[in-house]
Amino acid sequence: MSSSSPVAGAAATIPLALRLNGRATTFNVEPQVTLLDLLRERAGLTGTKKGCDRGQCGACTVLVNGRRTLSCLALALAHAGDEITTIEGLAENGELHAVQAAFVEHDAFQCGFCTAGQIMSAVAVIAEGRAHSSDEIREAMSGNLCRCGAYSNIVTAVHAAGERR
Amino acid sequence: MRTFEYVVADSPAAARRLVREVAGARFYAGGTTLVDLMKSDVESPPRVVDISRLPLTAIELSGDVVRIGALARNSDVAYDPAVASRFPAVSEALLSGASGQIRNAATVGGNLLQRTRCTYFREARWRCNKREPGSGCDALDGFNRGHAILGASDACIATYPGDFAVALAALSAHVIVEGEGGERRIALDELYLLPGNRPQHETSLAPGELITAIELRDEPLHRRSHYLKVRDRASYEFALVSVACAVALDGGTIAAARLALGGIATVPWRSRDAEASLEGAPPGDAAFARAAEVALAGAHARPHNAFKVELAKRAIVRALRTVCGSSR
Repeated sequence: MSSSSPVAGAAATIPLALRLNGRATTFNVEPQVTLLDLLRERAGLTGTKKGCDRGQCGACTVLVNGRRTLSCLALALAHAGDEITTIEGLAENGELHAVQAAFVEHDAFQCGFCTAGQIMSAVAVIAEGRAHSSDEIREAMSGNLCRCGAYSNIVTAVHAAGERR
Repeated sequence: MRTFEYVVADSPAAARRLVREVAGARFYAGGTTLVDLMKSDVESPPRVVDISRLPLTAIELSGDVVRIGALARNSDVAYDPAVASRFPAVSEALLSGASGQIRNAATVGGNLLQRTRCTYFREARWRCNKREPGSGCDALDGFNRGHAILGASDACIATYPGDFAVALAALSAHVIVEGEGGERRIALDELYLLPGNRPQHETSLAPGELITAIELRDEPLHRRSHYLKVRDRASYEFALVSVACAVALDGGTIAAARLALGGIATVPWRSRDAEASLEGAPPGDAAFARAAEVALAGAHARPHNAFKVELAKRAIVRALRTVCGSSR
């Protein structure tokens, strides 16, 4: 009896089935493909950004089964059967998610490169109930860097979106 | 990242076999250390064994022993009431590490095995005895501000960067390991090896052995514990110096004390001599400062990190003040 899944040699692919923004999808991926590269290059979901590709900037933050995580440090194949939510999956029926709306209202971005990761992280922080004070938000969001320095408006936006719940 | 063979293990025994079969194979749990190092070619395993779905995530109480599954995620352990109430230093240490996203992915077993942040280890252009045995150590004459003042050798001065293991060391944790001969239980102290002249060997784990759980004992001493982390940024940064401590007070004296240091040693650094100096003494700065002197007695500073000696002493005093419940 086999006690392991099919083995892939170099350049061979393995079937991968998971749910992206509520839709069941399948791919055939090489082992070294990260979840980030799967999203951007295979699924065409380029909203999630590759900032450092080393797990240091947070721009690649997505939700996996509702929990925020860095897609650049995850092997795609390790997420078979999981529910992945990206920035593209937040709006419902054409209406911005409360956090997206708050980022617009409070001018919480400049170049926009960190923004998808900030928003995904914020969605999770609010759901975890850790967005009650500015100090708490700063600590909870410390894994999302912004080189434009939009932090103060980001904190305001997260606070406002959290209040709206 | 170079390609590799990817397999999923459906049991701990299968995982061990799959890793032992191929030289250089690695376990994949949370991926937060492994994938990072694979992108830098510091690690290039020919086979990656995915253990992330193994049922080793439970946090269980059995009498006065709390057993934490090695695949439990950092955030889940930190926020678990059973852990936070009994071992505050452990919960504090976990929450002081990394970022929310990383804590959600990283497993506690993998956390123990995280690699040093030494730039000369992480970038292949530099000479590093840990990465390439016998090649030399560019940190000795390099930018060694973050490097170790305790437990180092002329072959390696790389700091153990983790927080969780330092808190576990202070609270006398044990690690459960599954290997060829079955299950063995080792004191956390015994997991880590000093670099000596073989810095490539960081732990006492045999090839293919799998950490399955971490055990902690619930007792009043551990319930009165604290983790202090001192660093350049307020969050999302490794420790320059960290202190895990616990104290049991009996009337006006310290009945028992535990002290471990992070950010300044090559392994999680339990200071038993400092603990002995505290026991029987009245809590207060005099005793705390004496313990700090004892703890740092063997420190060997490098050109860029001499500040850590004084910083560590002050951090010890501050942490002990906190855990003893006083502000002076």
